[in-house]
Amino acid sequence: MATLTLIEAVTLAMEHELARDKDVVLLGEDVGLNGGVFRATDGLQEKFGVDRVIDTPLAEAMIAGLSVGMAGQGMKPVAEMQFMGFVFPAFNQIATAAARMRNRTRGRLSMPLVFRMPYGGGIHAPEHHSESTEALFAHLPGLRVVIPSNPSRAYGLLLAAIRDPDPVIFLEPKRIYRIEKHEIEDDGEAYPLDTCFIDREGDDITLVSWGAMMHETLKAADKLSEDGISAEVIDVATISPLDSATILDSVEKTGRCVVIQEAPRAGGIASEIAAEIAEKGLLSLLAPVCRVAGYDTIMPYARMEGQYMPSVERITDEVQKVMQFK
Amino acid sequence: MRTSASFEIKYLQYLDEKAKPANDLPDFAKDPKILIQLYKDMQFVRILDKRTVALQRIGKMHTYPASLGQEAVGVGSGSSLQEGDVLIPYYRGTATMIAKGIKPHEILQYWGGDERGSDYKDKNCKEDFPIAVPIATQMLHAAGVATAIKLRKQKGRAVLTEIGEGGTSEGEFYEALNVAGVWDLPLVFIINNNQWAISVPTELQTRAETFAQKGIAAGIECLQVDGNDVIAVKDATTRALDKARTGGGPTVIEAICYRLSDHTTADDASRYNDPKVHEDAWKKEPIKRLQDYLLASGGALAEELESAEEECKALVEKEIQIYLKFMEEDHQPPEAMFDYLFAELPERTRVQRDEAIRRGSK
Repeated sequence: MATLTLIEAVTLAMEHELARDKDVVLLGEDVGLNGGVFRATDGLQEKFGVDRVIDTPLAEAMIAGLSVGMAGQGMKPVAEMQFMGFVFPAFNQIATAAARMRNRTRGRLSMPLVFRMPYGGGIHAPEHHSESTEALFAHLPGLRVVIPSNPSRAYGLLLAAIRDPDPVIFLEPKRIYRIEKHEIEDDGEAYPLDTCFIDREGDDITLVSWGAMMHETLKAADKLSEDGISAEVIDVATISPLDSATILDSVEKTGRCVVIQEAPRAGGIASEIAAEIAEKGLLSLLAPVCRVAGYDTIMPYARMEGQYMPSVERITDEVQKVMQFK
Repeated sequence: MRTSASFEIKYLQYLDEKAKPANDLPDFAKDPKILIQLYKDMQFVRILDKRTVALQRIGKMHTYPASLGQEAVGVGSGSSLQEGDVLIPYYRGTATMIAKGIKPHEILQYWGGDERGSDYKDKNCKEDFPIAVPIATQMLHAAGVATAIKLRKQKGRAVLTEIGEGGTSEGEFYEALNVAGVWDLPLVFIINNNQWAISVPTELQTRAETFAQKGIAAGIECLQVDGNDVIAVKDATTRALDKARTGGGPTVIEAICYRLSDHTTADDASRYNDPKVHEDAWKKEPIKRLQDYLLASGGALAEELESAEEECKALVEKEIQIYLKFMEEDHQPPEAMFDYLFAELPERTRVQRDEAIRRGSK
């Protein structure tokens, strides 16, 4: 048993799979000797060699396209995009090849690969290092988009992502890479994909979030309980394909729902969740489903990002509004 | 100032434009049986293309890219592949794919709008990639397959991929060349320089003297071949693949030919090409060249080649009939949209699958 941060849990999961399955390889920019710019692959090249933990030339489309080719040979590449803001050259490969290879060959070739990337704001990083564009990937059929919200979940979900026979976009909320530690046993037990996690049970309102925003959401739930509001808190974890059933069951019980996302409001996953509830849970609702989200703006640079990020206060304000709806 | 680097690009041709040997022929070309087989393979593709375009005109095929004038590039390179090699084709790869062993009717099924056309049944084609439509993406897949072969230290395997000369303007083309050079991958890149990227001619595509030299900056051996000379294409590709299979690294081969057809059945090349240039290009086309050589050298009699052509027509007709019967009788059920999305269908999509089934195949 070790006490690990989220990023250390990511490393542990990769180390576990490298040792367990000879087809697993890590590749990306600076993942070798340097151990990745966030140290996600720290020590792994030393342990497993340059053929298992591979420093690539600096080209994101190439990293993705190479992974597609390797997966076509039955390898299981776990590729790191250094930051989500730099994934766009690779988007072509992810959308036109990785997501659809199983379908376009009627199952002859599959894509057991993972694209890991740090994402989200809150660490005062340079431009292009702070966006939350998870919805762009969630809109592509054939992909799974998985986001851990704490160290245990990072370990269990990454194991599952690497073992999954289909492509997974694994988004790591870098703001919470080192914010807390969990006791994690390296037992190789994967967590289920395509499943929400209920992190706190409650009766009055359902709060739904994922990734780093789970921390603000859980804090908001604490505050609300001081005011006598009992919030159920759900971590979506796999944002695509979405486990609507767990959310709908909860809303059936509470009758109220607020969805919290760091990403811009329009066209995001929160909108999809709200639409699912509107379609399938209307009669259990006591108030409109509301969203707390980033603004529909370009992610501001470091000095102003605090004003962009949804805060505990924005969440509690929205919940109070929903609770008072008549 | 001193010179830090310099380079030259060689051009390989065995049969000149008049079908006269410009060089000592390679050994395989001294065997008329092999040349007659290459002749047949090219004829087959030309006849198949003609029939397929005709099917499109009567509504029995969707948009189709013909290979007219480019048969030698595909047949010459594809016939150089061996068991264990992997082909990563692009959308004008019909000739190469057939030479590799992919069934012609499978290619027709793909262009006819059925995903099952990319589920190659031949046992030697199970690892081949489906046709890449987005330009240059296949270059990186080929680099990835070659990386897997190299990492697993598999001896005697190589990868072949193709791209048009227009595709060499894409970033992913250069990224693939770069990594193939850095990692010395067992990979052969064929650039099918057919002079046209839909309507854009080569001089609007690059200022470089050759497309082959684009590989020089990646540290890769590069050469040009006469893409209307199937002997040159086959010889260059055979040697490049042998080199790749024995640890010698990648090669770029630019095969210079001419697209005698429209870009696809949805294109009208008369809007942009010069009829005079087009007419001249017909004088250099690859099938006639090999035919002239076979007849002049005594490798084959006119009757033999005529009966070879008849044989090809019959074989094409057989494939066309398999395709037409398939299109008539064999439809995928609506749930096929869902059944290959993931190994295991998520609950959310299962509900949609049920709806598609309920609504039937209207």
